[in-house]
Amino acid sequence: MLKQIEGSQAVAQAVALSRPEVISAYPITPQTHIVEDLGMMVKSGELSPCEFLLVESEFGALSACIGSSAAGARSYTATSSQGMLFMMEAVYNASGMGLPIVMTVGNRAIGAPINIWNDWSDSMSARDAGWIQLFVETNQEAVDVHIQAFKLAEELSMPVMVCMDGFILTHSYSQVDIPSQELVDRYLPPFQPRQVLDPSAPVSMGAMVGPEAFTEVRYLAHHKQREALKLITEQSAEFAELIGRDSGGLLKEYDSAGKETVVVTMGSVIGTMKEVLAGMREEGHSIGALTVRSFRPFPIEALQEALKDARRVIVFEKSLAVGMGGILANDIRMATRGLNLEVHSVIGGLGGRPITRANLRRMFEKGLNDQLNRIHFHDMRMDVVNRELEREKAQRLSGSAAENILSDVGMVAAAKTI
Amino acid sequence: MPQLPESKQKVKFYQTGTFTVGNRLLEQDQRTVQATIDRSNSLDSGHRACQGCGEALGARFAIDAAMRATNNQLIAANATGCLEVFTTPYPETAWSIPWIHSLFGNAAAVASGIAAALKVKGRNDVRVIAQGGDGGTTDIGFGCLSGTFDRNDDVLYICYNNQAYMNTGVQRSSATPAAARTATTQPVGDEPGNVFNTGKSVPLVAIAHQIPYVATASVHDLHDLELKVTRAMQIRGARYIEIFVPCPLGWGSLPGDTIKIARYAVECGMYPLLEGEYGEITAVTKIRRRVSVADYLKLQRRFAHVFKPGNAHQLEQLQAIADRNIRRFDLISREGDI
Repeated sequence: MLKQIEGSQAVAQAVALSRPEVISAYPITPQTHIVEDLGMMVKSGELSPCEFLLVESEFGALSACIGSSAAGARSYTATSSQGMLFMMEAVYNASGMGLPIVMTVGNRAIGAPINIWNDWSDSMSARDAGWIQLFVETNQEAVDVHIQAFKLAEELSMPVMVCMDGFILTHSYSQVDIPSQELVDRYLPPFQPRQVLDPSAPVSMGAMVGPEAFTEVRYLAHHKQREALKLITEQSAEFAELIGRDSGGLLKEYDSAGKETVVVTMGSVIGTMKEVLAGMREEGHSIGALTVRSFRPFPIEALQEALKDARRVIVFEKSLAVGMGGILANDIRMATRGLNLEVHSVIGGLGGRPITRANLRRMFEKGLNDQLNRIHFHDMRMDVVNRELEREKAQRLSGSAAENILSDVGMVAAAKTI
Repeated sequence: MPQLPESKQKVKFYQTGTFTVGNRLLEQDQRTVQATIDRSNSLDSGHRACQGCGEALGARFAIDAAMRATNNQLIAANATGCLEVFTTPYPETAWSIPWIHSLFGNAAAVASGIAAALKVKGRNDVRVIAQGGDGGTTDIGFGCLSGTFDRNDDVLYICYNNQAYMNTGVQRSSATPAAARTATTQPVGDEPGNVFNTGKSVPLVAIAHQIPYVATASVHDLHDLELKVTRAMQIRGARYIEIFVPCPLGWGSLPGDTIKIARYAVECGMYPLLEGEYGEITAVTKIRRRVSVADYLKLQRRFAHVFKPGNAHQLEQLQAIADRNIRRFDLISREGDI
């Protein structure tokens, strides 16, 4: 049914349709609306049977899901930003034990300086944790991918993170089709765990494994993630057949085939890019785009195929490996090794910095004119950075860099208007 | 407030001149679970606990008692620590019950999750225990523990308190007593050992959460321990039992002295045995034959420095702590109350 609703509300409805049995949550912006809605559905009886646990921290939230999943209940939680870091020990633990928990991440920056706005630093910090990470472009995709996530997680006995841009998606209203319960039930069978805590067949879960088997255990997780590449494609095709919409898959191409320059990104920013790139193509530029939907596992073969005719790739990401550069960009470089490609890493949108058609267009033009560095910081004020660098050179007790820079942004802006 | 079952046995076990609690003096149905042929052996033999380990003893009695109380319908979540390590490494396990270890600091939350799963599946017959050492309980697991209490989840949390991080090599926890030597509170300087006026009493903190049942127990009185566990399993909601479990390795005591030390800790007033319900202390175990704090400390090398010249003030301070406990919890038997 088509509804004009908030992204968080849509996700809550998709999760509810997936019949979770235990939900635990701790509030953090911008994830709050999702669990608030679910809480109401549980309390009203609309979502039943389901236990809704209000926990004391994100660490408690995911830990409770570890317990409930191990006891055979379909389990769900949602988090963002600092919350993801606070639960990180449990993030690794859930995947290590092969517990198919589904978690929404309303992507948000990590402090300090504290910043509540969108970028991907939180999900990226869990990049190597053994979870499947699926990035969505729209709220419709968020709905569809959540339903697919439960099926994927349970088939593989592996937890899945659905990553959606905080605020940009979670807090925006759009028209979303919510599938019927009947269709979702046909798509998603009840949870059948591989191992379960049950007094009638006692098992010990989560015990120590020494050097003699640890490598094999870790490799198996890697192997399963590579298997997931096939499963994600199959299950999203199955979903498309049943629901009539292709919302998942490994990557999505936006007129990228045969283009000389291909922009690679993830999440919602492609919405703005599509328009800019369409305009540039109309002007005769050979430029297209694709989004990576499955960041973990990383679709190496699919990317090689999709980028085989490209000469230049501009990887745009809202994340930064400090001291190194782009995270997605490095994965793309690794995945496309052997192709004759120039890969530019563009880092933008950090901490919610607006990504506009105008500044994207300027950056793409630079790319087409071979003026992009290997690492480019999109829409960054180097003059402001330089002022702070000079200040730190001039005085030892230079104070809070964050505060200084913020003051400078105002001063520089003021100076320019004079 | 629901009526709770009576936990104290009517029979007095002790005989003149001995502290032995003899099963042979009791009717069959009053004997310990361990003395029965149908004990579940939840924590089976073959594990790797040290000789004289109080924790292994406490866990065995506690879990078997809980098994009997729940008709063997029990799941346990375990914090990282000695108990987890000495009972498991894959592919071996000493647990014959469904058992899960997740992390050091989340046993209470994992147990809450299990309880939620059981509730949603309508398995009200299956009960959940979380267990951990004092480090996993009073320090790193404290947040999750408080959350489980706060929500009044149907979980019994058992803390095996051996007063330091033994698994990592005897470092101080917030349950380490004043003056005790640990690897991080060495007996050096003007105030050797753990500093005074630090630490916390999680049993009292648990009582402050107004949960249905809180108790402290000790491995020297296994009847009492079993009764408290049994009583806890007859109640729904969040419950907390802390068991005093001497650690020969960490305390520098003889393996054969574990029970004696546990008894002295209680009988000198250092470790009061109490029960609490819904925010109030409802029962204390009276000290029957009081010993001095020095008697208790002398059996443990972690307190050896207390007896060295110049440290008499430490001994006095420790005795003052025990005296305060005795006053505060009214631990000395009144005349005729034996």
